[in-house]
Amino acid sequence: MFRRICSIVAFAATFAVSAVQAAQTDITIGMQLEPPNLDPTAGAAAAIDEVVYANVFEGLTRFASDGSVKPALAESWEISDDGLTYTFKLRSGVSFHDGSEFNAEDVKFSLDRSRDENSTNAQKQLFESIETIEVAGPHTVVITLSAPNGALLFNLAWGDAIIVSPDTFDLAKTEPVGTGPFKFSRWVQGDRIELEKNPQYWGTPARLDKVTFKFISEPTAAFAALMAGDVDAFPVYPAPENLAQFEADPRFKVVVGSTEGETILSTNNKQPPFDNKLVRQAVAHAINRQEIIDGAMFGYGTPIGTHFAPHHPAYKDLTDDSAYDVEKAKALLEEAGFEDGFETTLKLPPPSYARRGGEIIAAQLRQVGINAQISNLEWAQWLEQVFKGKDFGLTIVSHTEPMDIGIYANPDYYFQYDNKDLQDLIAALTLEPDDGKRTDLLQQAQQIISADYVNGYLFQLAKTGVANAKITGLWENSPTQANDMTEVYWEE
Amino acid sequence: MIRFIARRVVSLALTLVVASAIIFLALEVVPGDPASIMLGVNAQPDTIAALKEELGLNVSRPARYFNWVAGMLHGDFGISYTYRTPVRDMIADRILISLPLAVYALLLSTAIAFPAGILAATRRGAVADVSIMGSTQLGIAIPNFWFAIILVAVFAIKLQWFPAGGFPGWQDGFIGGIKALTLPAVALALPQASILARVMRSSLLDTLGEDYIRTARAKGLTTRQSLWRHALRNALIPVLTIIGLQFSFLLAGAIIVENVFYLPGLGRLIFQGITQRDLIVVESVVMLLVFAVVMVTFIVDVAYAAVDPRLRKR
Repeated sequence: MFRRICSIVAFAATFAVSAVQAAQTDITIGMQLEPPNLDPTAGAAAAIDEVVYANVFEGLTRFASDGSVKPALAESWEISDDGLTYTFKLRSGVSFHDGSEFNAEDVKFSLDRSRDENSTNAQKQLFESIETIEVAGPHTVVITLSAPNGALLFNLAWGDAIIVSPDTFDLAKTEPVGTGPFKFSRWVQGDRIELEKNPQYWGTPARLDKVTFKFISEPTAAFAALMAGDVDAFPVYPAPENLAQFEADPRFKVVVGSTEGETILSTNNKQPPFDNKLVRQAVAHAINRQEIIDGAMFGYGTPIGTHFAPHHPAYKDLTDDSAYDVEKAKALLEEAGFEDGFETTLKLPPPSYARRGGEIIAAQLRQVGINAQISNLEWAQWLEQVFKGKDFGLTIVSHTEPMDIGIYANPDYYFQYDNKDLQDLIAALTLEPDDGKRTDLLQQAQQIISADYVNGYLFQLAKTGVANAKITGLWENSPTQANDMTEVYWEE
Repeated sequence: MIRFIARRVVSLALTLVVASAIIFLALEVVPGDPASIMLGVNAQPDTIAALKEELGLNVSRPARYFNWVAGMLHGDFGISYTYRTPVRDMIADRILISLPLAVYALLLSTAIAFPAGILAATRRGAVADVSIMGSTQLGIAIPNFWFAIILVAVFAIKLQWFPAGGFPGWQDGFIGGIKALTLPAVALALPQASILARVMRSSLLDTLGEDYIRTARAKGLTTRQSLWRHALRNALIPVLTIIGLQFSFLLAGAIIVENVFYLPGLGRLIFQGITQRDLIVVESVVMLLVFAVVMVTFIVDVAYAAVDPRLRKR
């Protein structure tokens, strides 16, 4: 009898231990902002992609964590010699979360919808070069372009180019139905969104069974939620000042990576005195980038000298062209006829890189005699006054779209830079399919805007995340704003 | 009495009309349009125009105002610009958090304030009085968001008795919901309890000095008996007025505490609505709160009049 009890106890004990040791299969991810809806084709909010990109929705191509473009729903593609016709071979055996089969009609429908005249796609320019989209078989799609576009495969990897089904696209805002490794399960508005594993996924299945995204806007609350274990990871942690504390705590790890966010001191190139290149050059030399990175970002960030991401192979380090040099800045101002300095406005949107960075830059500009009046704006005001109204002298903003040097070719863009040479260069770049030549053109473009001191180039925004030390597989970098959870798991 | 109520109803309706016009106008002059905020900086002008059309923002202002008011009279608060779901459903979800939180905080605050106020009044000048009055001073002075952060640090991070914030939803169990609301309710209740205890004390001291208390004592009641039977009931009138005001405040004014505990309540809904220029949500929620406050006042007015006929003449 006694032995029997012993064996039962032993059995129960092993069972209990194994139950404790079984790896956790659910995870709670903290995010600062709640997405307004879950349809990446109907809004610019980064939070939409942060929940659904690569998790729920997929496109023909996709971004990998290193920023490269990989096949997704398109298995392979062929490009005609003139660069005008792309034939995509789609994956077969893929189904949407509602069970319906994915085929070429879905691709045609999705892309036609996004480039339609009445489309409300926030990145409609991605589809601009597309002339027609034809279904050439159940799993073959032919895209014809009006002019060669070297960036087409890259453009199709954006969240704004994901594939939806004609039957369920109108649900995407609240109950998205995609093809990804996770299915949408529940949205408790204001609090969280829950996803569950898609057992029918065509690719390598996810290792987690359940993912919860929890929305915590207050930095202090984010800190508390991590500390209390309510949230397992905060991939974009909002308070860099606490990072040292997490780093010292063995329960957590701090994940530092790069983003596509070029943080710049945007300058109104049409507003005097900034229409004078000497003045812009003086501003560039008056800025001490490291001081801003240390003071505003607690040391996280990489100095940049042009509008390009340093982790990109085509990046050219031009920081020396605008090195910190107060005497030179003063001399340039004198040459431009502003030996007594001048007054201007510095309009700051809410993110801490802008608000904190703005105070430091204002102090640095004061040393060369430029008096920048700071005004703090909310995003809505910033869009209205600065972005649309172009009523500003200086502003600080991080341009988070990947590969966006093309904005310098648009003279109506809010910083109003108008240079024919650069416009021709970007036009040539769009038509160039060859990678080597593209790199060359991209470097020329970086050189031109740096030499023209269009804006003050500050630093590449770092992605600073905090996660439980046992979590593996989170994206380190942020080639697009996403939290791809496919390869995330808990270590034993 | 009927004429009194009729007069009150007319003034109530007028208040609501004026309030709706002010809310609408105030939000119309705020810069920023919802369509360009939703579409971000890369959007092309025709895309923005298409979205504006879809959202119904191209309709003239007066027409939008009348549609809004007419819809509300039918209980239809419109469709949120950013979430694209009916505002009524959003409010219904959020009120299931804000209302219980307000009630919970109010219960806590009265449960603390009544005994504290009565004790302080009856022990006037004694150690109990001095220490209670001292702590209420502190309770009023401490900002509730700071107190909230301290509560989180102690009870959520250190002891892990309560979650640091968030709300699991009532469908996942009553206990979980109450647990999630406890720290926020305590944070909200502390300053309210401090105010209420002070009002309770001074009001009770006033009544204890009244002639009828002396009479009660003279006819042989003990101090305690006269307190419970006569003084307390009379002292309650100003206290109840304060409780009414506090309730409206707790319903609408918990924004900061909701943010500290990331609770999806009405306050955060307004806050979110303002930053995203989801004006229809802001307008409707503010209107609803105005309605709630006006109704509470109306009920209190009618109740006073019912109790005290002299007030009907006013």
